[in-house]
Amino acid sequence: MMLDLSLLPDGGMPWITASGPHADIVLSSRVRLARNVAGFAFSPRARDGERLRVLQQVREAAAQSPVLSRSVLLRVDEMTANERRLLHERHLVSRELAELEATSARCGSAVLVSDEAALMINEEDHLRLQVFRSGFDINGAWERASALERELGEQLPLAYHQEFGFLTSCPTNVGTGLRASVLVHLPGLVLTQEIGKVLTGLQQMGLTYRGLYGEGSEVVGNFFQISNQTTLGRSEDELCDHLSRVVSHVISREAEARRVLSRDAGYIIEDKLWRAYGTLRYARSLGADEAMNLLSGVRLAVGMFLIGGLSVYTLNKLLVFSQLAHLSLAEGRALTEIEANLARARHVRGVLAAEAGEA
Amino acid sequence: MLCDQCNERDAVVHLTQIVEAEVTQLHLCEKCAAAKGIETTVAMPKHPLSDFLHAVQQQATPVIGDQTRCAYCQTSLRDFRATGRLGCAQCYTAFEGALRELLRRVHGAARHRGREYETPGASMGPVAEVDALRERLQQAVAAEEFEAAAILRDQIRTLE
Repeated sequence: MMLDLSLLPDGGMPWITASGPHADIVLSSRVRLARNVAGFAFSPRARDGERLRVLQQVREAAAQSPVLSRSVLLRVDEMTANERRLLHERHLVSRELAELEATSARCGSAVLVSDEAALMINEEDHLRLQVFRSGFDINGAWERASALERELGEQLPLAYHQEFGFLTSCPTNVGTGLRASVLVHLPGLVLTQEIGKVLTGLQQMGLTYRGLYGEGSEVVGNFFQISNQTTLGRSEDELCDHLSRVVSHVISREAEARRVLSRDAGYIIEDKLWRAYGTLRYARSLGADEAMNLLSGVRLAVGMFLIGGLSVYTLNKLLVFSQLAHLSLAEGRALTEIEANLARARHVRGVLAAEAGEA
Repeated sequence: MLCDQCNERDAVVHLTQIVEAEVTQLHLCEKCAAAKGIETTVAMPKHPLSDFLHAVQQQATPVIGDQTRCAYCQTSLRDFRATGRLGCAQCYTAFEGALRELLRRVHGAARHRGREYETPGASMGPVAEVDALRERLQQAVAAEEFEAAAILRDQIRTLE
């Protein structure tokens, strides 16, 4: 099977356009709802037959939903390792569903992708509905996720308990099953060494942070994914409002840090960021983390108006399309690490040259 | 600025101490700060699941024995303690007492306050449930787990 995501606007990444509020600091806002279909064991415990029946029921239910009926079903369990990695690089499926290290994904695992939502099927929970928004727009993502979840819940009997709420495989998600998260770029706070205080503060406020690819991923390129830690005992609106309030404070701290940097270390920062741009523009080999860190620098330079003529949209695309599975797809074959580094540098050079009007 | 302690290395930690309304400033290098037990690096938060599993393992005197199994999916409380995952929705009822205490520790609350939900009246639910139960019954019989099989048989009868 050849994976064709070109059928979807923005390849299933509505956030990539950088059209939302504060898009230079906030890449995307996401709301994820975990749900299970009543009458079946949770996916990790379920037998193949049960998972396939869950998949069938979800397909039937989605066909009744005006939005989800227009989506594309991708059978993750029929994909090659590179195709699964590609979906993961686009944030459409989690590390768990993609099973990056395995030769094949678990039977019955799939994802329904539409222009505004991705519904993972047979991940740790039967259903993981994700809605992404560009920039800082948690409430917009929540409203959409809530509407879609209601449509599904009217068609499918969901596992629900009067006292504990929506039941999930792991009790850390029980209740609302809601994880709201914001992917932020905080190089200013890292460079001014304020980041430690901010991150400690987040934890005191009941929030948690992870790297670019969520659970278990390292922090690279100064990208932090901030999300609520608990899901039970507070309403969905309260959880989203709390996250929004704290994140809007983090955004103003980052903006302040950038002002301090340009005031106190203007030429040092300017030099450092132009060097990052120069490396990306002319390097012949780029490692994955290296590219991420250099892109972080250029993103900061664009946000601080030091480098003009380069859009955040282009930088967002570079972030995704310079990753291994995307490079392999473009080259039409599996790449070794050295080949990938060469292909990555070639890709980045091409995009930046085109943006500078030199291609 | 040099470290107040060793006067050799650059001070990177600036500590403001307030002892009985008296404010003192202490400037330390990383090494002397570490020797005083002051954390200077930002630690990644532990995986929430590992915190959670820790809470599970710390749980004093379980309300029910570790060997208690969920009649539907056969997950035991011991399995749950090992993986942090429950097997099915019925597990929440089977281990209700132990879970209530655990949820309070993990979430600071044990009662859902979000959106309420009513299962749609469609007939599809119970039918699918009976099918799934039948499959489990066959497996239980094949594995000679007769006690579990009897419970499953009763559940099928109730639903039918």
